[in-house]
Amino acid sequence: MDFPYLTIASAAAALRQGEFSAIELTRAALQRIEAYNGDLNAYITLDPEGALAAAEVADRRLKSGDATPLTGIPIAMKDIFCTRGLRTTCSSRMLADFVPPYDATVVRKLREAGAVMMGKTNMDEFAMGSSTETSYFGITRNPWDRERIPGGSSGGSAAAMAASLCLGATGTDTGGSIRQPAALTGLTGLKPTYGRVSRYGMIAFASSLDQAGPMTWTAEDAALLLQAMAGHDPLDSTSIDAPVPDYAAHLNGSIKGLRIGVPGEYFGEGLDPALREVLDNAQQLFRKLGAVIFPVSLPHTEYAIPTYYILAPAEASSNLARYDGIKFGYRCDQPRDLSDLYTRTRAEGFGSEVKRRIMLGTYVLSSGYYDAYYRKAQKVRRLIAGDFETAFHQVDLLLTPTTPSTAFRLGEKSDDPVRMYLSDIFTINVNLAGLPGISVPCGVDGQGLPMGMQLIGRPLEEAVMLKAAHAYQQATGWHKRRPRL
Amino acid sequence: MSLPIETVQHVAKLARLRITGEEAEVYAQQLSRILGLMAQLDRLPTDDVAPMSHAVAVALPERPDRVTGVDQREALLACAPESEEGCFRVPKILE
Repeated sequence: MDFPYLTIASAAAALRQGEFSAIELTRAALQRIEAYNGDLNAYITLDPEGALAAAEVADRRLKSGDATPLTGIPIAMKDIFCTRGLRTTCSSRMLADFVPPYDATVVRKLREAGAVMMGKTNMDEFAMGSSTETSYFGITRNPWDRERIPGGSSGGSAAAMAASLCLGATGTDTGGSIRQPAALTGLTGLKPTYGRVSRYGMIAFASSLDQAGPMTWTAEDAALLLQAMAGHDPLDSTSIDAPVPDYAAHLNGSIKGLRIGVPGEYFGEGLDPALREVLDNAQQLFRKLGAVIFPVSLPHTEYAIPTYYILAPAEASSNLARYDGIKFGYRCDQPRDLSDLYTRTRAEGFGSEVKRRIMLGTYVLSSGYYDAYYRKAQKVRRLIAGDFETAFHQVDLLLTPTTPSTAFRLGEKSDDPVRMYLSDIFTINVNLAGLPGISVPCGVDGQGLPMGMQLIGRPLEEAVMLKAAHAYQQATGWHKRRPRL
Repeated sequence: MSLPIETVQHVAKLARLRITGEEAEVYAQQLSRILGLMAQLDRLPTDDVAPMSHAVAVALPERPDRVTGVDQREALLACAPESEEGCFRVPKILE
């Protein structure tokens, strides 16, 4: 077994052919974790006993013929999903000792599919960040270059995947937190349509934007993982009640005649020239495969960052009001009175980026500023969503860069919140509009660092995105590169 | 636009965050810069635009009013920093 070069699809086939057992596969993942996790800090909580027990059950299911494509597959779970009996921290001191009494719907579904959960991965605290440098549990390093960030907020999942410490991982994406780390670590990362995957038990950041999705090597694996994660959930009132298509069955369709739009606003001055060249090549390849490329315009693109950094902190400041030191989570020592309990618990339990966003959100929602900021941003959000609606009258998919540059150095942007916020410039529009987006590896820069392109689809048309990404991967080899560790 | 320290302290109070004088100054600077970024939106006329609060137009679903949850009192109290006799324990709020 050559673990780093396995995919979910190839491992599932090998498990069925008896090339190795789920126990052997899980042990191989544990050995790699033992060798590499200490330095990378991809996982912050490991569950070897739970993983081996799940692998044993998986082997029985594989024998009895009652297996799914995920049965026996080692996966990593972002530490934002509640796991019954297993510490769930959101990478915050506030939840450092929190052991949830229930499973998130995503966790339950993946367990039921027979996936083997190796542990919980590091992230920016409460998913607020683009570099995984705000975690209470320390930074995560990029397996392609350990002096660089793996992206964020799902940076632990990205590093666990890129270093082959699992075969599939979950992430969540509020402004790019699946797609950006996927792009910076050479993965395929998919943010589904808002409401496609249940948010129940997924610790809330900005509830109108948060969405969970898969991080894998290939579009085929993303299809398999999304299949198990997606679907209506009565426990999430924003969950969409629409049938889930068979994503894997749609992968191999032809993309002849598929109309792909290229929005000029995403190819402006800030874009790394190497990325521009790689994306030109991708367009040419899609043309060769039979797709038709159109220039389109998304005129409100430049307003996305200010809109997002009003709405997301506003929602976050409300969501994080629950951390008051009373029912669960951290509580300060020796509170003098209730007010002291609240203010000290929150001052000590939250890190600086989380506090900054709570302050920002509280400010834009406060009396006298609500209309000028929050309401204004909600209006601009409609204009941004309208841009996409118009574009999708002309085209089936949009093609853009995922990030403005490849992985930056550790510490390079951590002292400057505004510079850090700008790293989400190509991804946050998709969250504001609630659309599905996927990042696909499409090249490397001069230092061998991975680059990603983003495909954006119509609501609930994940299958179209996956088909295009799969066609691209059948014709290229970028998704087959692995870092030397 | 620069945010006065008093405003920062007021917002911290609303957010129930204890901050030091030094932190207040850092926040005043950083928040001012971020709010400067947001001022871009003022260029955009939006009088006739309806605010958008959610990506998908969903009506809040209803469900029958039935007891569905099992009794989880012990499991939930076990998550609390302090509990006593089946209750969450907090500092005294009335003298």
